[in-house]
Amino acid sequence: MQSVHIMSAFDEELKYLSKRIAAMGGHAERMVEQAVAALVNADPGLAQKVINDDAVLDEGQREIDDKAIIIIAKRQPMATDLREIVGAIRISADLERVGDLGKNVAKRVVAVTDGRQPTSLFRGLEALANLALTQLKEVLDVYASRSVDKIGFVRDRDDQIDAMYTSLFRELLTYMMEDPRNITPCTHLLFCAKNIERIGDHATNIAETIYYIVTGDQMPAERPKGDKTDKISLSATLPAK
Amino acid sequence: MAEQSAEQASVAQVMAIRLWNSRWLLVAGVIGILIAFAFAGISAYVLVPALLLLPAAALLPAAGLRQSGENTAAIEAIGLQRLSGEYLAAAVADPLIIFDRSATIVHANAAAFAAFGGIAPGLSLPLKFRAPEMQTLLDGVLSGTIASDVVDYTEKLPVERAYRVSASSVGHGTDLYVLVFKDQSETRRIDRMRADFIANASHELRTPLASIAGFIETLRGPARNDPAAREQFLQIMQNQTGRMARLIDDLLSLSRLEMKPYLKPGTEVDLRQTVDSVIDSLAPLARENSVVIERDFAKGPLNVPGDRDELFQVFENLLENACKYGQSGGRVVVSIAPADDGSEPGIDVIIRDFGPGIPEEHIPRITERFYRIDVETSRTQKGTGLGLSIVKHILTRHNARLTIKSEVGKGAAFSVHLPTH
Repeated sequence: MQSVHIMSAFDEELKYLSKRIAAMGGHAERMVEQAVAALVNADPGLAQKVINDDAVLDEGQREIDDKAIIIIAKRQPMATDLREIVGAIRISADLERVGDLGKNVAKRVVAVTDGRQPTSLFRGLEALANLALTQLKEVLDVYASRSVDKIGFVRDRDDQIDAMYTSLFRELLTYMMEDPRNITPCTHLLFCAKNIERIGDHATNIAETIYYIVTGDQMPAERPKGDKTDKISLSATLPAK
Repeated sequence: MAEQSAEQASVAQVMAIRLWNSRWLLVAGVIGILIAFAFAGISAYVLVPALLLLPAAALLPAAGLRQSGENTAAIEAIGLQRLSGEYLAAAVADPLIIFDRSATIVHANAAAFAAFGGIAPGLSLPLKFRAPEMQTLLDGVLSGTIASDVVDYTEKLPVERAYRVSASSVGHGTDLYVLVFKDQSETRRIDRMRADFIANASHELRTPLASIAGFIETLRGPARNDPAAREQFLQIMQNQTGRMARLIDDLLSLSRLEMKPYLKPGTEVDLRQTVDSVIDSLAPLARENSVVIERDFAKGPLNVPGDRDELFQVFENLLENACKYGQSGGRVVVSIAPADDGSEPGIDVIIRDFGPGIPEEHIPRITERFYRIDVETSRTQKGTGLGLSIVKHILTRHNARLTIKSEVGKGAAFSVHLPTH
């Protein structure tokens, strides 16, 4: 995977960094998964666990930052090594944000599930979360295998997530118009959907960082903005019947 | 090839052992023949065959000898020592990964490749298996505090799978460790399936059931003596029971798909032949809806790895939808061609109709279970709301992609990208 340094301790340190990143990634994936599960199954206990788990990610980011700074100071790295270390700092920051977004979803569980909501409200959110989690998983798999040629899918997925989010936004607006009692849960769900959509954006960021680590080039900058919720108005969503 | 040469080597070894065991007899025999040659004056024509005959006799299996037990034990011990870890790993049906002190993969068997994909030797394990419980397991075993440990590990995406993973060190001082995955998905899924089935079925079956119950009540009461109404109500009831039966069929086939987590590798499907038979089987439906199905197949072989029955169902569901919902367009075009978008080698099957199209906001959602764009149309077309989720599920198992493009008023195109490798 990498050329070997004369100082084997340096290799060890770099390896340790990537291992910590992977551990953070695993934690972040698990938190998002559990936050959505808590929301769908109305499980405040699980939500509380997710909220507590966020501390692990914060700790992980601090540790990676410290380690990375020490390595830069001690080893004066160049080229790939330097990109690897700077990349680790950036990825850990993204993963920490993913954890925060998961925590935000978990925090809303109590408010959303306050009266029993029909499952149809959650089905779309679950599908959105699955898309975002698939993207995160694939990106972190690329971080492990370093096969950046597979990274093109990330943008496709991002488009899908945006389209799904737009559709969900519309659906939730319709529910609110149907029955004012839906407004409280639907507003919370809108924020949850937004948070999950942001997770997809962070996954895309991580993909760009990985591309930079491996190739030394920035990923070509064509990033169409697919989120069309800024154009949705009430009249557009009124039932056509 | 390697196995064959190993077999030859072991045969040679057995022969060598037999020769060695009968060395004294051989020496005595040779001396005897030479003495007979020198003193009794036998001709050289007898001497040479006699000398050759002796070792040949020694090579024959020494049946009934007391030593034979010891011999086989010796042969087996040599065989076991010579057994490479690679062969042993290949013989294990469960995913198995051998890794070293730095948690780098040394070897992964074919089952592990099929289950997790993209695990090449040299890959760092904790980077691939990031779940917190796996990290703890690997740390524990590598640090040497525990010799072996077992955890439950679930993967949620792309298909839900549950494993019981055991990690342990191999032998003494080899600095190698082994990770074995025992698939628990089936038991887990059966539990889940039961819960899901009840939730889905109770919700979706309630509507037709309520309508049947209502009509029975009417038939026993106000419409008791009205033959015309009775006939009409019985017809509606028959439609409703038909719908329930279809729903149960679809739910069962979805559940069955969820039971088998991943495909058996190695089978090839001829897409041209599969799609052709789908078109043939749907000819009556097309005629009924007055839709013409046009074929546009590329030349050359169009084979992909996959399961024929499952892919048949994919194209059947897609084509059926195109005939039903794109009826107003009057024609449906089915095209098969090698993919040319340059991403990965594969074959695209596109089913295009020229009906009313699908509004943009529904496109991302239509593969969800029971998601219907228009409940009324779906009911009249005998849809269950499960067709596309079955399609999606099968395609996920094939590592394939479903892309839906549509413009309102111009029709819709469902394209399936199947990877060829």
